[in-house]
Amino acid sequence: MNFVMPDLYPASAEIFLLLMALVVLLVDLFAGRRWLTYLLTQLTLAGALGITFFTIDGRTVTTFSGMFIDDMFADLLKLALYPAVAMVLVYSRGYLAARNLDKGEFYVLTLFATLGMMVMISAGHFLSLYLGLEMLALSLYALVAIDRDSARATEAAMKYFVLGAMASGLLLYGMSMVYGATGSLEIAEVGQRIALGGGNRTVLVFGLVFVVAGLAFKLGVVPFHMWVPDVYHGAPTAVTLLIGSAPKLAALAIVMRMLVTGLAELAEHWQVMLMILSALSIALGNLAAIAQTNLKRMLAYSAISHMGFMLLGVLSGIVGGDPRFALNAYSSAMFYVIAYVLMSLGAFGMILLLSRAGFEAEDIEDFRGLNRRSPWFAAIMMILMFSMAGMPFFVGFFAKFAVLQAAIAAKLLWLAVFAVLFSLVGAFYYLRVVKVMYFDAPTDMSPIEGPRDMRILLSLNGLAVALVGLLPQGVLEYSIYATYTFLVGH
Amino acid sequence: MSGLPLLSLAIWLPVIGGLLVLATGADRNAGLARPLALAVAVAGFLVTLPLYAGFDTQTSAMQFVEMRDWIPRFNIHYHLGVDGISVLFILLNSFITPLVVLAGWKVIEDKVAQYMAAFLVMSGIMNGIFAALDAVLFYVFFEVSLIPMYIIIGAWGGPNRVYAAFKFFLYTLLGSLLMLIALIYLFFQSGFSFSLLDWHELKITLTAQTWLFLAFLVAFAVKVPMWPVHTWLPDAHVEAPTGGSVVLAAIMLKLGAYGFLRFSLPIAPDASRELAWLMIALSLIAVVYIGFVALVQTDMKKLIAYSSISHMGFVTLGFFIFNPLGVEGALVQMISHGFVSGAMFLCVGVLYDRMHSRQIADYGGVVNTMPKFAAFFMLFAMANAGLPATSGFVGEFMVILGAVKYNFWIGFAAATTLILGAAYTLWMVKRVVFGAVASPHVAELSDIDAREFAILGALALSVMAMGLYPFPFTEVMHASVDNLLRHVAVPKL
Repeated sequence: MNFVMPDLYPASAEIFLLLMALVVLLVDLFAGRRWLTYLLTQLTLAGALGITFFTIDGRTVTTFSGMFIDDMFADLLKLALYPAVAMVLVYSRGYLAARNLDKGEFYVLTLFATLGMMVMISAGHFLSLYLGLEMLALSLYALVAIDRDSARATEAAMKYFVLGAMASGLLLYGMSMVYGATGSLEIAEVGQRIALGGGNRTVLVFGLVFVVAGLAFKLGVVPFHMWVPDVYHGAPTAVTLLIGSAPKLAALAIVMRMLVTGLAELAEHWQVMLMILSALSIALGNLAAIAQTNLKRMLAYSAISHMGFMLLGVLSGIVGGDPRFALNAYSSAMFYVIAYVLMSLGAFGMILLLSRAGFEAEDIEDFRGLNRRSPWFAAIMMILMFSMAGMPFFVGFFAKFAVLQAAIAAKLLWLAVFAVLFSLVGAFYYLRVVKVMYFDAPTDMSPIEGPRDMRILLSLNGLAVALVGLLPQGVLEYSIYATYTFLVGH
Repeated sequence: MSGLPLLSLAIWLPVIGGLLVLATGADRNAGLARPLALAVAVAGFLVTLPLYAGFDTQTSAMQFVEMRDWIPRFNIHYHLGVDGISVLFILLNSFITPLVVLAGWKVIEDKVAQYMAAFLVMSGIMNGIFAALDAVLFYVFFEVSLIPMYIIIGAWGGPNRVYAAFKFFLYTLLGSLLMLIALIYLFFQSGFSFSLLDWHELKITLTAQTWLFLAFLVAFAVKVPMWPVHTWLPDAHVEAPTGGSVVLAAIMLKLGAYGFLRFSLPIAPDASRELAWLMIALSLIAVVYIGFVALVQTDMKKLIAYSSISHMGFVTLGFFIFNPLGVEGALVQMISHGFVSGAMFLCVGVLYDRMHSRQIADYGGVVNTMPKFAAFFMLFAMANAGLPATSGFVGEFMVILGAVKYNFWIGFAAATTLILGAAYTLWMVKRVVFGAVASPHVAELSDIDAREFAILGALALSVMAMGLYPFPFTEVMHASVDNLLRHVAVPKL
């Protein structure tokens, strides 16, 4: 086999990010000025954004022998990814500095995690998918434990690592089964071979079970959710913010690549599995969130239920072998994820804003009387909470609307009814946050301070949730466009 | 005038004005927030007047229509319009808003700007509900109206306000979520349309109609509220501040009844006829049973709350006997109840501001110290009991006539409300207003001031005018009601 130099151009954003991550590492080591590290990191993300944006050409290109796909779907997801990570950095900075966690490693690991997510999004091959996943996961394990003196964080990191490693094992095992049945690791080729009747169905379905279990773990859906509350709760809030936001975009991408590109022929099987995962997540996530007094844990359970809702979109794409509603359903799932990332960034950002040196504002009670301390940020938090509850004129409503109509289009009326009944349960705990902010008297009157850039960005974040809710067409079209190119691509 | 998007103005002027009021910020600027809120509310009322003046009473078609793309992805339009059924509610709502702002003028000293803004925003949202002709637009307004009311009850309410606010929110959300499923189902049935007018023409099987009817029933019955899903209302009324109770009784309860006319009847006419017995039964239970419940209340607000449920039972009864007298009577009853129940809650508010008690037992002989107030209170109580020459009489009489035409015994049962209503209302007035001065606190009461006089006076005029000459009200709704009933009479299986 001759060695052919692969075409590097489609992966130029990834290559840029990798190089810059190494530069940041060195600059931080030798210059030792944190603001410079921070600035370079942000510039890296901006640069990657620019590269991705200006290399969009509407074509689907594969490189590295089919390992890496550069299509519109990937480009548009990445364009959502960079701002999300940049926002994480803006929100985290003050928090990290106050806790003496503002270390160069944080920035380097965040960049590597971003690179991992980009590779996941562009993965055309089981191996590159797995590599991206592990790159993200290993960076996150280390980030969770970055506050080494915190026993809680260390415990969370251990739990995350052990369970995460097991999930990776499951995923790999499932992939190996699929490989055994089809003789290929390239996702598109796997799809073609199965479509042509290749591979032993029993082996394929057996492998599929493990693949779905592995993906479910990464998404954090019931019954593979056990790590989510503990990690969200135990990790420093800045890291929780990272875990709870951008990786959901990458997770959607690998679910789409694995299940839709690779295993679409087995849709009847994985749809049933996803239905169970989705229903359980919506039910358990919403019920368990009620009992939480810690806001981070509450948002963790809320994340579980939101991922369940997102799966509603993914599982509604193919109705009895008929892919007519695929575009509608998958674009709804994508819209849901983008909306969720926006809301999740804002909600964890609010926790970071209220936290001070030596004080973590992570209990719901810490938001008591926020309306008296800062009417503006109370309003922002209220927008975020009502949006997460799926109230209209906020983006969360149209996200739920989109996946519900996808489910009803797929004749899954019962699942839609089930989902809305549990979102009623969900409304209760979001309302409780609004209640403590607006109906209760504050226990401490210390003013809300935080870096100016963070306060501005957080305000814009909240307003965006309202504005995209009022005029969702743009983002809906964006998701349609991305999904369309994804579906046409194979 | 016709060039202006009047309905959009009626919706967005109060909303944007409310946000402006909010921008005045802290309570030290309350002197600015109050007049600004009043100005916005009055302007909001003024822009709705041309809707009545320019209304063509000869047609049942939608008027003042505005149509724009909103979310082409789901074929959702920003589609507004009013007919004879909805236009009066927009006027009623915009009329009540300045009164509510005035009612909170002195009592609310805490977070004034937020209080005023919440009412203004809610007023705009509720105009949106009545004007929306796109199902998603309707739904969005319908659901978002919960947010300001939740805050109003929870932030300015009584001692048990948190419980009441949650109960209010979750109860009503339960209903509307099931409706959302029904709306999406209709979207696919109708070939990807959310237009209510398209849906009115849509052929649907009886089974599907029945399910749709039940889904709408859950949503609207909670909102009306009908027995047995009424239990949130007494709690919400008792705990809400006066202004909140007024808006709740005068406008919010009408949303459910309006929903029956806009959704259940025209979209599922066959199921409506099939299930009319159920609706009539539930309505009569509300009228009779809740009337008895009202009789034993010791808290004035609770008594009026139960009286509202009983009166709304009358409204749903009028809808489901399918004759013009019944439906028009029910609509008149809705408008009248908007004036009367609002006025009753304002009266209780006047007393509560002075005594900080809503217990009937704490009062007695109020007429001795507050003669002007007593006269108003008496008038509104009479209207609530359905005395001829007040607005309360017109609607009730029409519905009873319609019901007797439909079935004598149903009419008979409905007519008991005239006795029950008189019993609980007048007995309360007797105990509160008349008799000897009951306590030193009552002896120290001061009569209503000019502001309160203006509020109650405006409502008293409306009640009298509507009672003496209801024609301007019935004239507007006539063509639309006829059209609706003709539509319902035709099977669309």
